[in-house]
Amino acid sequence: MNKTASAAAAVSLITEGTTVMVGGFGVPGTPFALIDRLLAQGTQHLVLIKNEANIAGMGVSKLIEAGRVDHLITSHLGLNPAALDLMNSGRITVEFNPQGILAERIRAGGAGLAGFLTDIGIDTELNQGKRRFRLNGADYLVETALRADVALIHASCGDIFGNLVYAKGARNFNPAMATAADVVIAEVERFVDAGGIPPDQVHTPGAFVDHVVPLAELTDEYGILEAYVFG
Amino acid sequence: MDSKTKIAIRAEKEIQSGQVINLGIGIPTLILRHMDPAKTVLVHSENGILGMGPHCDRAHADRNLIDAGGGYVHTVKGASFFDSVLSFALIRSGRLDIAFLGALQISQCGDLANWKIPGKHTPGIGGGMELAQKARRVVVTTTHTSRNGAPKILQACTLPLTAKNCVTRIITELAVIDVMDRRLVIKELATGVGLEEVRRKTDAPLVIENEAIPRF
Repeated sequence: MNKTASAAAAVSLITEGTTVMVGGFGVPGTPFALIDRLLAQGTQHLVLIKNEANIAGMGVSKLIEAGRVDHLITSHLGLNPAALDLMNSGRITVEFNPQGILAERIRAGGAGLAGFLTDIGIDTELNQGKRRFRLNGADYLVETALRADVALIHASCGDIFGNLVYAKGARNFNPAMATAADVVIAEVERFVDAGGIPPDQVHTPGAFVDHVVPLAELTDEYGILEAYVFG
Repeated sequence: MDSKTKIAIRAEKEIQSGQVINLGIGIPTLILRHMDPAKTVLVHSENGILGMGPHCDRAHADRNLIDAGGGYVHTVKGASFFDSVLSFALIRSGRLDIAFLGALQISQCGDLANWKIPGKHTPGIGGGMELAQKARRVVVTTTHTSRNGAPKILQACTLPLTAKNCVTRIITELAVIDVMDRRLVIKELATGVGLEEVRRKTDAPLVIENEAIPRF
C-alpha cells in the first residue's frame, strides 16, 4: 500500500459543486499548497468549510476572492475584511457557527453520528432554524453533523499508509476534518516510510486518509506573518 | 496609566495560582503582561493550547504557535497541544476557572453582547458563546463607556447576545461591579473616582452594600 499522490492528481478529485473542508486556524495547519492547486485548477461553485477564511490574499481567501466559493461554513471572519465585504455584498453566503460547535459538528460527521444536543447559543440569534429538544428537564438545540466530499489537511509528517502527525498549534481542525470527508487528502511536510512514525505518536490513523501529498518545499505562506508579531 | 492598563492590572488580581483561564482578544490579552510571576496559571487558547505565555518577539516566533487572535506566543513549562474538538470539550465541560472577555454591552442581569453590531460589525462569533456560557466565572474587562461615551452597562442589552446571565464580575477603569441576583453591586471604586461619576456613566441601577467602598 502506498497512498502518495501528486497535488494535481489528488486535487483533481474536487469538481464543480464539491463541498470541501479545509484544516487550519490561521496559518498553522492550513494546507496552502493544496489550496493553490485547487485555485490553479479553476473549479467553481465550491462549498467551503473552514474555521476562518485566513487573511485577505492568503489561503482560502484566494479562492473566495476569485469567486470560486458560493457558500462558506465558518466561525469567524474578523481577520479577513475581503471575505466580509464579499459576504456583505451578497457575493457569497456565510453560515456562522460557534467555533466549538463547528468542531463538534465535524467530529460527529466523522464519528458516524447524525448530530448532537447542546445548549450553546440557545438564547441567541444562532438558535434560528434549529430544532429544540427537551431532555431531563432542560432545553437543547439539535446540531446536525457536518461532512464534506473532500477534506484538505496539512500535517507535519505522514507515511505511506496515511498516518499523520500534526505540529504544535497546527493541529486545530485537522484531525476532526480528516475523519469527516469521503475523500481525505493530506499534504505533509515530511514524508516517511512505513514505521517512520512510532505508533503511539500517530494523531490520525491512516485508515482515515486516502491520499498523501509530500511537499517538496514550503512556500512563504507557511512562514511567519510579520504583521502578527506583537511581542 | 491608561484605562486599559489599569483594568488589566486590576483583573490580574482575580487570578489564583493553579487556575485554568482563557483570555479574550483586547484588554484580556493585556493581563498576561501584568501576571504575578509567583502564580502558576495555565492559559488556554481556543486553537488548542493549554499553557500559553505572552506574545513573543520575531526571534522567538514559531510558525505553528499562535493565539486565537493570530499573535505569535510563547508556551510555558507544562504546556500541552490538542485539537479544536478537545479544546472546546475543555471549555464546555467546565474546566475553565475564569474567562476574561471584552464587551460591547452588559445588562444588569449579566447578559453579555460582544460579537455583533448589525449592519456594521458582523465578523462571526468564534469561541465567544462557549466561553461566556461555560466558564465557571466570566469576568468582563472593558472600558466603562464606548468610544463615543455611551454607557456599556445597561438595564437590557440592545445588541445581539453572546449569552444570557453569564457575567460574574465587570472590571472597568472606574469600578469593579458584581452581578448578584440580577442586580449590579459596586464592590470597588478606582482611586480618585466618585460614585456619582460611575452612576452617570451607567444606564442601570447600582447597589452599594456598605458605605466604605474599597479602592483599587
